[in-house]
Amino acid sequence: MIEFKNVDVVFGKQPERALPLMDQQESRQTIQDQTGLVMGVRDASLKVGKGEICVLMGLSGSGKSSLLRTANGLNPVTRGSILIETEEGVQDFHALSEDDRRNVRMNTITMVFQKFALMPWLTVAENVGFGLEQKGLDKKTVREKAMHQLELVGLAEWADKRPDELSGGMQQRVGLARAFAMETDIILMDEPFSALDPLIRTQLQDELLHLQETLNKTVVFVSHDLDEALKLGNHIAIMKDGEIVQHDTPENIVLNPATDYVRDFVAHTNPVDVVNAQALMRPLDRFAEEDGRRRISKRDDCWLKLGGHISDTRLQYGDSTPLAVTQWTEGATLESLPKQPVVVNPQTKMQEVMALRYQTGHGVLVAENSAIVGYIGDRDIYHAMLGKLIGDD
Amino acid sequence: MSLITDNKLPVGSWAETLIDGLIDVSGGFFDAISGALEVMIESLVDVLTLLPPWLFIGIVAALVFWRQRNKGVTAFFVLSLLLIWNLGYWEETIETFSLIVYATGLCVLLGVPLGIAAAHRPWLFRLLRPILDLMQTIPPFVYLIPALTLFGLGVVPGLVSTIVFAIAAPIRLTYLGISEVPEELLEAGRAFGCTKRSLLLKVEIPAAMSSIRAGITQCIMLSLSMVVIAALVGADGLGKPVVRALNTVDIATGFEAGLAIVLVAIMLDRIFKTK
Repeated sequence: MIEFKNVDVVFGKQPERALPLMDQQESRQTIQDQTGLVMGVRDASLKVGKGEICVLMGLSGSGKSSLLRTANGLNPVTRGSILIETEEGVQDFHALSEDDRRNVRMNTITMVFQKFALMPWLTVAENVGFGLEQKGLDKKTVREKAMHQLELVGLAEWADKRPDELSGGMQQRVGLARAFAMETDIILMDEPFSALDPLIRTQLQDELLHLQETLNKTVVFVSHDLDEALKLGNHIAIMKDGEIVQHDTPENIVLNPATDYVRDFVAHTNPVDVVNAQALMRPLDRFAEEDGRRRISKRDDCWLKLGGHISDTRLQYGDSTPLAVTQWTEGATLESLPKQPVVVNPQTKMQEVMALRYQTGHGVLVAENSAIVGYIGDRDIYHAMLGKLIGDD
Repeated sequence: MSLITDNKLPVGSWAETLIDGLIDVSGGFFDAISGALEVMIESLVDVLTLLPPWLFIGIVAALVFWRQRNKGVTAFFVLSLLLIWNLGYWEETIETFSLIVYATGLCVLLGVPLGIAAAHRPWLFRLLRPILDLMQTIPPFVYLIPALTLFGLGVVPGLVSTIVFAIAAPIRLTYLGISEVPEELLEAGRAFGCTKRSLLLKVEIPAAMSSIRAGITQCIMLSLSMVVIAALVGADGLGKPVVRALNTVDIATGFEAGLAIVLVAIMLDRIFKTK
């Protein structure tokens, strides 16, 4: 667990001089004009729990890297605290002595760098073992642990090569292995995949997600790529001019952008991979109830009648025969589906919801714990695609 | 006009007073240094001349082949040393070699830490830079004179002026190497738990190594170029026959000794250029 609490970062000599101006909500430019100091981060608060990936997202200069680097002391904190869960309980990193900070860096928190930052004079295995050696482990153990990590990232046969003999993607795998070798709970990732070409980037993102399933780390990930953020993040903090403007789940970022800035970001993303049925659906209580059934759509004269069991649910258009529903689970074929409404679970991705909508010709029902909880119609899908609400009916 | 030339500023006598004062105050100190350095150099010369030349050549050849794994370079070393032996400059070559070993060794011992310290402390480099500029631009003959008065005639003033002349190279190149270590490597070092000391030993020095090595190679070459000048104040070695040849306009001796110096230079350069 790591928590940033009201963190301010100011660069320059005697950074405290900027604090009164920052409290008056003066802009970055004003602060620089009046004090010559550069405000990196203003009043950022963020909590990342174990097993979560939090993505700090923003354009260059938005303060995302500055904030990340406070977590292991590569950047100073001018005000505020960074709480880190260590073996000795929760500690405020910047209140620790230099020796204790070093212990935290070796045992609790580690980092992956944008430009890999591998030592060119060391072999791949020695690079992976770099931090372990700092811990004071003996040579044999260091080598064993390094080899184990290299196997995990598929580079065992490259162990005795130099980093410059490896491609960019492989070098960053070494960077990942070096971080994982430290066996820390928290991993900071500063745009680790930005320097890689798109295909390799996607591949490494998938690998990271795969590793995360088993390793269950606390990851703070910096990115300027919203698609990457949406893919990796359990939650995303969007930063602008040193401040967090929205901290939310990927679905909410896409569906309910808090400011125009976020909306501009989101405008260019494709939500179908990000948004799931839960975020997409309208909950049942949003539909008016009449005669024991709910009106799903006025335009189509479509009604939903709930039964005691999911299989008793019926969808009815006007006075036509009520239609039975089928349960659809992920991975099932789409083509052979009967032309009747389907029920999906809340985690189903929008991509599949859209395919089901097209195949069956009906809206999609969402069920959780054996009860229908919501409905996804064309309106909801268009809303997500266009990023704005569309008038009903 | 006469206003300017009539009253000469006593710059020269100030310098003389300063040096004289130094001798008065700490003459014993300089004598001690002089004595110690002389014993060190002479004992190295004695040990090396104790070996018969063929054995020395054999050891050098084996070392070079072990380091470089190159038959051509090894053959060049053997032939060069045989030629020097044949021309009759064996002892002088050993003396020059010892002088360079000590000059370079002391330059590295003083210069590399100074370069590192300067890279970490901008104020120190600001202080050092004009001194280094001065040391590199003042003609060696000028500081040869005070070196002579401080340390007496012999190999030591030669060594000291060689160090003054050559030490700027390792300081500057070490400074350059350490201050150009990529920021992300330093950050990686710190992020993975380096102390200041291990950051220096495990990150900064290895990253700056090629620059530091270039500084050492330059230092060797600069030391070698001082061999003749050092001979003027009585340092033994290949410079002596050159000085003698110059005084007697002896083209043959001058050419032979010059050739030996060039061969030593090439050999020293090759030793330190691995790969």
